[in-house]
Amino acid sequence: MVLLAAGCGAAGGADGDGGRVLDVLAAASLGTVFEQVAADFEAEHPGVRVRLSVAGSPDLVAQVVEGAPADVLATADEATMARVTSDPTLETSPPEAFATNTPALVVAPGARVASLADAARPGTRLVVCAPAVPCGDAALRLADGAGVTLHPVSEELQVTDVLAKVASGEADAGVVYSTDAAAALARDPGSVRVVDVPEAAGVVNRYPVVVLEGSPEADLAHAFVDALTGPPGRAALAEAGFGAP
Amino acid sequence: MRRSPVTAPVGDVVPGWVAAVAVVGATFVVVPVVVLGARADWAHLPTLVTGAAALDALGLSLWTAVASTLACVALGVPLALVLARTSFPGHGTLRAVVLLPLVLPPVVSGLALLATLGRRGPVGGLLDDLGLGVAFTTTAVVIAHTYVSLPFLVLSVEGALRVAGARGELAAATLGASANRTFWVVTLPAVAPALAGGALLAFARSLGEFGATLTFAGSLQGVTRTLPIEIYLLRETDPDAAVALSMLLVVAALVVVTAVHSAGGTRGLRTALGRPRG
Repeated sequence: MVLLAAGCGAAGGADGDGGRVLDVLAAASLGTVFEQVAADFEAEHPGVRVRLSVAGSPDLVAQVVEGAPADVLATADEATMARVTSDPTLETSPPEAFATNTPALVVAPGARVASLADAARPGTRLVVCAPAVPCGDAALRLADGAGVTLHPVSEELQVTDVLAKVASGEADAGVVYSTDAAAALARDPGSVRVVDVPEAAGVVNRYPVVVLEGSPEADLAHAFVDALTGPPGRAALAEAGFGAP
Repeated sequence: MRRSPVTAPVGDVVPGWVAAVAVVGATFVVVPVVVLGARADWAHLPTLVTGAAALDALGLSLWTAVASTLACVALGVPLALVLARTSFPGHGTLRAVVLLPLVLPPVVSGLALLATLGRRGPVGGLLDDLGLGVAFTTTAVVIAHTYVSLPFLVLSVEGALRVAGARGELAAATLGASANRTFWVVTLPAVAPALAGGALLAFARSLGEFGATLTFAGSLQGVTRTLPIEIYLLRETDPDAAVALSMLLVVAALVVVTAVHSAGGTRGLRTALGRPRG
């Protein structure tokens, strides 16, 4: 038991060299841009290490509710965040929307999909997120807006899994965020094709961020949120394709 | 216990501190399951585990686990027999490679299967051209389960074959029995308990499979979303249902462990693990 306690002590709170550690939990679609924001934040705050944990929003919320170390939490939609802010055992700052995103239809190279209706046809191998994950909810709203019914062959647990299955050619098409599509094209222009869906502009996910006020690093966490919502964070988010709140 | 050559009161042979650490170890294993059980809403358990999604996941898990166990027996017994009774160049390597899925992270097994049997893979592309592609099908779930479960079956049966020795088979051959007849009448009955134990272990491994399935087969209700994936998906939106379904798997695991122990399956496994062929 003593050993276990010592192990936990070393992992949380402070670094071995006396530096401070900030635990930032971010939705999968935020991964790349948060890496940059975290690196900038570390550069401006010597002695501070940002420990970034990136996963599907429901995963992050479950971890926070179960008491995982967390100072900052950013999810991909407000409904998922509400499960943390409505938890009576957790004290959070008021959720602050810092970015928006819209769904995008990505198609594997060579697959004959030219519209959302093509992607929705039963013969097409369409992959989306599960409805409980924000990107899955966005896919459903997109289909609703376009008046089609989706017949996915798989409902993944996070948006990056959808992108991976399309980019690898395993699936014909997938619904991801426009930022994920842009990032995939930036990495490898031939990895996927983005098919324009006019209705996507009307399906907007707002990304909220909160500080877990119970954390000993709450002050530092607020500074991180300020950096995220201030000019440097905004610039990084805009460059990645996120819209302004 | 019945096989242990030496049993004495703990204090005589085991230092006190070893016994103390052993207690910590046992506590470490048992407490989380007990706490999870305490968190379960037992009164509403039947309602929680009979939702449409839960029943789909349960049914899918059960039948894919049965199918992959049968596949493990069909592939694993010949493999175990060859490993136990023959020697050829590369024997040790083959044995190590067959055990690979046992120690590989399941997600790596899933990626390896995807690379081979996915639509862009050498085998998967061929199957896809023939209209037999397995991507996102229940077949993919069975393949993933079989891949990760096979070592349990092979280890159990191979261990038992080594313990039994080849004397019975040699006697049968001397009496004029064909190799085929010897296999069915002498070899198989001799290792039946280990085969049953190994099959149960393979079944349990299949029932709990998560990473390889998710990576290789995907996740869709009634098609590829097995019970562990359903639990993972539910644990945030409906934690009570997630815990209730977890309890089903805990009970299933307890039944399997008890059955395997009484079938002597773990003995074969221990023997095989403890005495690798030099």
